[in-house]
Amino acid sequence: MTATAETPLQTGLRQQVLVLYLASSALDARVVGWSTYDGTGETHPTTGDSDVPPYETGLDALKDGWRLFQASQLNPPYPGHEYDVSFLKHEFFFEKIV
Amino acid sequence: MPHPHRKHLLTSVQMAHFVATGALRMDAVVPDDMNQQAIEVLKAGIPGVPYGTPLSEAFVDSEFVERLVQLPEVAGAIHSLVGPEPTVDHHAVHIRKAHEGEAQNLHGDAIIDVRTDAFDVQLMYYPQDVTLEMGGTLSVPGSHLRRTNESDTGRYQNLRGQTRLVCPAGTVQLLHHGIWHGGRKNDSDLDRYMFKIRFNPTVRQVRLWNTDDLYDDAVAAELEQNFPWYENATGRLEKYNRIMLWRAISGDDTYDPNYWVTRVSNRPQRVVTDRANNPHTKVKREMV
Repeated sequence: MTATAETPLQTGLRQQVLVLYLASSALDARVVGWSTYDGTGETHPTTGDSDVPPYETGLDALKDGWRLFQASQLNPPYPGHEYDVSFLKHEFFFEKIV
Repeated sequence: MPHPHRKHLLTSVQMAHFVATGALRMDAVVPDDMNQQAIEVLKAGIPGVPYGTPLSEAFVDSEFVERLVQLPEVAGAIHSLVGPEPTVDHHAVHIRKAHEGEAQNLHGDAIIDVRTDAFDVQLMYYPQDVTLEMGGTLSVPGSHLRRTNESDTGRYQNLRGQTRLVCPAGTVQLLHHGIWHGGRKNDSDLDRYMFKIRFNPTVRQVRLWNTDDLYDDAVAAELEQNFPWYENATGRLEKYNRIMLWRAISGDDTYDPNYWVTRVSNRPQRVVTDRANNPHTKVKREMV
C-alpha cells in the first residue's frame, strides 16, 4: 500500500511569506524594505501600504518565529560596472506555516 | 514658449535636490480657479499629441494645459531641468477610482534608461487635495539612478523613507525619468485625478538654471544626503553617481566636495626616477 502525502486542503496549512531587505549582508542588519504575501488569503498586503517595517532587523523576524528559507548570494560586480546601482542586494525570504 | 524670468528658474540648491532625490515638488503652485476647472477638463480628455511635438505646439488645442505649463514657477522649473523648447514625449490622465482595489507595482516608466548626461522629466499635476487614503503616488527618493527595467522592482512593496504623496490641490511634482513610483490603492470615497506630461530635452542639460549659488555649501549638502532605504555600501555608490550627474549638468568635471569620485579615479602618471641608484645610468654621481 502506498502512502500519499496530505494535500494543503487536507492539512489546512498555508504559507505566509515575508521578504526583508537589509542594510548589509548580515542577518541582524537594519531592515530597509519589506514585502509580505499571505497564503491564507486573510490579509492583502500591497505596494505602498505602510511606512513602518514589521521588524527592525532580520534577526528580530527570527525571534518572532519566522523561518529563513532563502538569502541573496554575494556576487562580485561585473567588471566595468563596479559603480552601478540596481536592485537591492540583501534580500532575505522568511516563511511561517499557519 | 517665452524664456522664463530668472527669478522663476530653479536655484542650484534646488537642482542639487533634484539630482539627489530625483524629484522636485511644488505645493499648491496651480491657482484654485484652474484646480476647480481641472476635473471636468481631465474627464473630457486631453487631445493626443504625436511623440516629439515641441512644447510650444503641443497644447494649442488645450488651453488648460497651455496655461498649466506656462505658469511662471512651472515654466521656470521645466526650463531649468530640460531647457528651452523641450518636446512632449506623451501625456496621460491617470484616474484612481474610489475604493479601487489594486495598487500599481513599483516601477520606472518606459524602459531601462541609463543615460548619464541627459534625462527626461515627468510633470505630475494633482488638481485635488490628496489624502493618504486617496492613494497618492508612491515614489522612492533617490531611486532614479538605479539601473532596473520597468516593473522588475514589483517585488518591493515598501521601502523605508518612501514618499506616499499627500498634498494640497494644485501641487505639481517634476520627476526624473528613472524614479521608482506607482499609483497606490485608493481607499477613499473620491476618485483621484492626476495629469502627467513627459518632456524630452532638445539641448544639452548644462547650467540651464539660476547658477548664482553654484558653489553654495548647501549644494554639497543636498548631494551628500542619505536615504533610509539605502543599503550601507550601495548608499555610497549612489553618492558617486550623483556627483557624476552633477558634473554633467554643471559642466564642472572637478566638482567632488567629498572626494567620492576623486579618490577612486586618482591614477598618477608621473614617475619618480632614482637615477643615482640605477646601474645603467651614464650620469656619474659626484661626491661632495
